[in-house]
Amino acid sequence: MNFSLTVGLPHYLLVGAMLFCFGLYGVFSKKNAIAVLMSLELMLNAVNINLIAFNRFLWNNPVEGTKHLLLNGHVSAIFVIVVAAAEVAVGLALVISIYRSRLSANVDELDWLKW
Amino acid sequence: MGDIASGLIFLVFALLTVFSAYLVVSSKNIVHSALFLALTFVGVAALYVLMNADFLAAVQLLVYGGAVAIMIVFGVMLTLRSGNAQNSNLDSRNALAGAIVSLLTFATLGLVVFTTEPWRKTVDLSATGTTTGDISWLMLTKYVVPFEVAAVLLLVAMVGAIILAKGVNDSK
Repeated sequence: MNFSLTVGLPHYLLVGAMLFCFGLYGVFSKKNAIAVLMSLELMLNAVNINLIAFNRFLWNNPVEGTKHLLLNGHVSAIFVIVVAAAEVAVGLALVISIYRSRLSANVDELDWLKW
Repeated sequence: MGDIASGLIFLVFALLTVFSAYLVVSSKNIVHSALFLALTFVGVAALYVLMNADFLAAVQLLVYGGAVAIMIVFGVMLTLRSGNAQNSNLDSRNALAGAIVSLLTFATLGLVVFTTEPWRKTVDLSATGTTTGDISWLMLTKYVVPFEVAAVLLLVAMVGAIILAKGVNDSK
């Protein structure tokens, strides 16, 4: 294992893995539904870092026949951002709606699907 | 010298991102969590700049650092009971299990990252330049159908969020 000073793909992937695992911990362990949404955003950001890092370090070449760079990872990251924006809007609307009827945003108390 | 400088810049922003992400999940006050979340988004945008993704960095700052952070803060304010933010972001009884699971996930991911040989080769990073034109070229040729689907998804999500938060009967 040689750690050179040059920043490469593994360093970015490691940052992404750390963000993802903090997000995973938050999703599992938080009581407040808004905090769960925030942790989800952390996980989506980690995925975006990975997509762009792979695009930068493995696919950094033009499409053959053109001078356009091959940026599939960037386009995927944009779609992830679109879905994340939609998800956080609907999620917050759900939390606000639940809070209005139950006066609580605690995910441990959202148990009225219990049989 | 250039390697050391870019390595130091990467280290600063990576530490900023990871440390503020840690504070998001460890802070007891959910308002602090929301603010550190915005800081994490800014750090990620800086990492995008270091990866030569200028358009993505701008989108990250606008959408995440602007819109999503503000929306989260609004959600926090609308669901905070009696205005008391102390101890508003506590751990549930699953905290230990969550910590174990995420630590094991991190160990697995780290193992994969540092043992996959093709990912560690030095690559030619000479093909640089702005990415905006190439992203738009790709979006309007190869990915034009997903692009339209994403537009419809945003519209549906907006209508759904308004209906969910406002209620159907109130709007008549």
